[in-house]
Amino acid sequence: MAKQLPSVDAVLVGFGWTGAIIGQQLCDEGLQVLALERGVWRDTPTDFAPTFAQDELRYMWRHHLFQNLAQDTLTIRNNVNQQALPMRRLGSFLLGAGVGGAGIHWNGQIWRFLPSDLKARSHNLQRYGKAVVDAYDMTVQDYPVSWEELEPHYDMFEKICGTTGKAGNLRGQIQAGGNPFEGPRSDEYPNPPLPYTYGPALFAKAADNMGYKSFPQPTGNMSRPYTNPLGAQLGQCTYCGFCEKFGCGNYSKATAQTTILPYLMAKPNFTLRTECEVLKVERTPDGKRATGVTYINSAGETFFQPAEIVVLSAYVLQNVHLLLLSGIGQPYDPQTGQGLVGKNYAYQCTGAVNVFFDDKILNPFIGAGALAATVDQFNGDNFDHSGLGFIGGAYIAHSNTGGRPIEMIYTKPGTPRWGLKWKQEAAKNYLRSLSIQTHGSVMAHRGNYLDLDPTYRDAYGRPMLRMTFDFTDNERKMSAYITAKAAEIGQAMEGATAIKSSPRTGSWNVVPYQTTHNTGGAISGDNPRNSVVNKYLQSWDVSNLFIMGSGAFPQNAGYNPTGTVAALAYHSAAAIKDQYLKRPGPLVQA
Amino acid sequence: MRKPFQGTLGPDVTHASSGPDDQSISRRRLLGGTLVGAVGAVGASAAAPLRDGQMGAPPREYNGAMPWREGAADAPFPAEPGGFRFFTPQELAFIEPAIDRLIPPDPTGPSASEANVHVFLDRQLAGLYGRGDHFYLGGPWPKGVPEQGYQSRLAPAQMYRQTIPAIERHVGGAYSGKAFKGLAPDQQDQLLKGLESGQLKLPDADGQAFFAMFLQNVLEGYFSDPLYGGNKDMAAWKMIGFPGAHYDYAEWALRHGERVPFPPVGIMGRPGWSAGG
Repeated sequence: MAKQLPSVDAVLVGFGWTGAIIGQQLCDEGLQVLALERGVWRDTPTDFAPTFAQDELRYMWRHHLFQNLAQDTLTIRNNVNQQALPMRRLGSFLLGAGVGGAGIHWNGQIWRFLPSDLKARSHNLQRYGKAVVDAYDMTVQDYPVSWEELEPHYDMFEKICGTTGKAGNLRGQIQAGGNPFEGPRSDEYPNPPLPYTYGPALFAKAADNMGYKSFPQPTGNMSRPYTNPLGAQLGQCTYCGFCEKFGCGNYSKATAQTTILPYLMAKPNFTLRTECEVLKVERTPDGKRATGVTYINSAGETFFQPAEIVVLSAYVLQNVHLLLLSGIGQPYDPQTGQGLVGKNYAYQCTGAVNVFFDDKILNPFIGAGALAATVDQFNGDNFDHSGLGFIGGAYIAHSNTGGRPIEMIYTKPGTPRWGLKWKQEAAKNYLRSLSIQTHGSVMAHRGNYLDLDPTYRDAYGRPMLRMTFDFTDNERKMSAYITAKAAEIGQAMEGATAIKSSPRTGSWNVVPYQTTHNTGGAISGDNPRNSVVNKYLQSWDVSNLFIMGSGAFPQNAGYNPTGTVAALAYHSAAAIKDQYLKRPGPLVQA
Repeated sequence: MRKPFQGTLGPDVTHASSGPDDQSISRRRLLGGTLVGAVGAVGASAAAPLRDGQMGAPPREYNGAMPWREGAADAPFPAEPGGFRFFTPQELAFIEPAIDRLIPPDPTGPSASEANVHVFLDRQLAGLYGRGDHFYLGGPWPKGVPEQGYQSRLAPAQMYRQTIPAIERHVGGAYSGKAFKGLAPDQQDQLLKGLESGQLKLPDADGQAFFAMFLQNVLEGYFSDPLYGGNKDMAAWKMIGFPGAHYDYAEWALRHGERVPFPPVGIMGRPGWSAGG
C-alpha cells in the first residue's frame, strides 16, 4: 500500500535539462517544487573529475554514465510485421541516467530549428504540393508554436548555456560569418565561437571556396570564462576531446549541473529525491485531472505524492511510456491511424564522409564536443527540393569532437577490419583523417510509433515500451543527396587524397551509434484531434499535466534537438507562470 | 579487498552474478534487501556503497544546497596484477593466437598479445562486464533480425566460455584433431573470417555474435587506458600518435599541422611522471 505524502505545488518526473529548467522557473514563482529522479545524484568533482574523466573504455564502451539496460530497456523492431525484441545493448542511441540525464554526456550542440521547420506541413504543402508532403505514408504536421513565440526562449537558453557562436541573422540583418539561413535572432550569442582546430579550418576553407557560407557551430563548450544569468560560472574549454559520451571535468560544457543546479538546489522551496521511480500518474475518477504520482524508491517502498501540477520531464521514451502505463490518452494504432499517444515517433538520419590526407597532421584528439565548421545550405527547406523526391534536409559539418582511438580510427575503402593491413592503415591514418557528418531530419511516418510491448516486461512487471521504427525512402534519398554534397566538400579539402562515403542506407539498425535524438510520441498540435499536448506542452486530456521534451516534436528537423527542447520548456514555463497559475485550466481551448 | 586508485567509493564488484533469468529476482532482492534508506533522511551514510548503475543506491533527499561528499569520487578500478582470473589454460590456447591474428606483430607497433590484450580480456570477463552489467539478458530469446542487434541470452563471460570450446571442436573435426593454435596463420585467418561472416556455422554456439564481441573487446584492450590491463606501456597509443588522457591542449588548438610532442599519459600517470617514479 502506497504511503501518502504531503502535497506539493508541482512534482517533476525526471531531473535532466527540462526538469532543471521548469524547476527553476516555478521555484522563482514561489511554488513548492519536488523533483523525483530515478537515478543518482551526479556532479563534476565526484562523478567525472578531470583526474579520471578521459576514459574511453569506461564511459563510452562500458556505459558508465548511461542508462543501464539491465535495469530498464525497451523493445525494438523496424515494422509491424516483425516481433519486437529487447534492446539488449546500447548502440544507436545512448540514453542518459541520473540527475542531469543525457545532458551530462551530450556534445553541447545548441541549435535552433528553422522557422520553416516549425511549419513543416504547410510550408512544404505550399511550395511542393500535397503529393510530395503525403508521399511515403508520411504524417507530417505543423508545430503549434511559431518562430516568433519561441525566439525569446531560444535566446534565454543560449544565455543560460553561455553558448558560443556567431549570429547569421540579427533582427533581420544577415551577418557575415554566421548561418545566413537561420531565423532572425533578437541577440548575438553570449560568447564568441571556439577557434577552429586544423580539421574544421580545412573544411571551412573548402566549403567557402565552393560558395557555401560555412560558419562555426553554436556550442555549449566555453570559448572563455562565463557567468550565466543565474550566477553559475563556467570555465574555458581545454580541448581535451572527451565531451560527447563523457562528463566534462572542467566546468566547460553547459549541463544542468553547470548552469542551473547551483542556483536551483539552493532554493528552500525546491526538493530533489533521487532513486525514486515514478510508476504512474494518478488521476481523479473522471480522468480529467492529475492528483499526483505513485512512485517506488530503491528501498522498495511505494508512495503516493499528491501535487497540483504534474510535469513529465524525463526522457521522451520514459515520458511516453508513463503516459501509456497511466492510461492517459488513446494509444496510436498504425492500422487505423486512430489514437495519438505514441504517434509520429521520429529520429535523426545521419551519414558520414571520411577524408584522408597523406601530408597533414590533424591531431584529432585536440577537440571539443561541438567544435565544428558547418554548412547549412542543404538543411530543412534552405534549397529547392523540386524533383528530388524528398523533403527535409541535413547540415553538413566537420565536428572535431575528439580522437578517441577505440571509436574514431578511420581507414580507407577496401581496408579489412582486422589483421596486419588494418593495423598498418590504422597507424598511418589516425592523425591524418577526419569525418564529415551529415545530420538530417526524419519526417513522421504512419508506421513509426511507440506503444506497449505485448511480451516483454520491465523490472516492475509492467509492459516495456515498444519502438517500431524504420527510415523511409524520404530519408534514404535525403541522405544520398546530401552525403554526396558532403563528399564533394571532402574531395575539395586541401591535401585530401581519398574519401569514404557512407550515406544512410537500408533499415534502421540499433547497433551502430547514430544520435540520441529520439522524438515524438507525445506530439504537440493546435487541437486535441491531432496531438497529445498544446503549444504550451499541456495535455489536452489532463490540464494540470505538462509533458516536456522532444516528444512534442510532430517530426524531427535536421538539427540537434536540445535547443528546441529547452526553448519549448521555457515557453511552457512562461505560460504556467503568466496564465495557468492565475486561472488553472486549459491554456488553449479545444 | 580491491581499492580504486583514488577516492573511497566505487562500483561494488562483489555482488552476485545475475544470470539471464534472474534479472527481476536480482532487482527485487536489491530493492528489498540491504541497501535500505528512508525518504526524508537528508543525505546518507558516506559508507553506503555506490553501485555501478543508476538504481540500487539508497533513496536520498536533497534540499537547500548543492550536495557534495568528501572522498566520494567515482574513480575507476585498475586491473589487478597477477595470474589469470577468468581464462582456463585451454581458453588461453585459443585466445593468445587468435588476438594476434586480429592485431599481428610487426615493426609498426605491438601485437595484441604484446600489448597484454589477453590480460585485459581476462580482467573484463572476470568483472562486471563479463557478467553482463549494462546488458539486458531477460527472455524470451528469439533470434531476431540483424537490425535488432545483440539477441543472445549469454553475458559476455558465458559467450566466451561457450564459444571457444565450440570453435575448438570445429577445428578438431575439420583439421584432424588439431587445435586452433596448431593451425597455420592462413588457416587461422580463414576460420576467423568464417566466424565473422557467419559462413562458418557452429552447431552449438553463435560464432558470428561471438566474433563481433571478440573483435570489439580486442580493440578495447589494445587502445584503452592501461589502467585496465591492456595497452601495455601505452604502446598502441604511441603507435598511432594519441597522447592519451591529456587534459589541456588549449595552447595547441591553433598550431595547425604541428606534431604534439607530449608522450602519452594514462589516468594513473606515466612512468617517471611522479617523484616516486
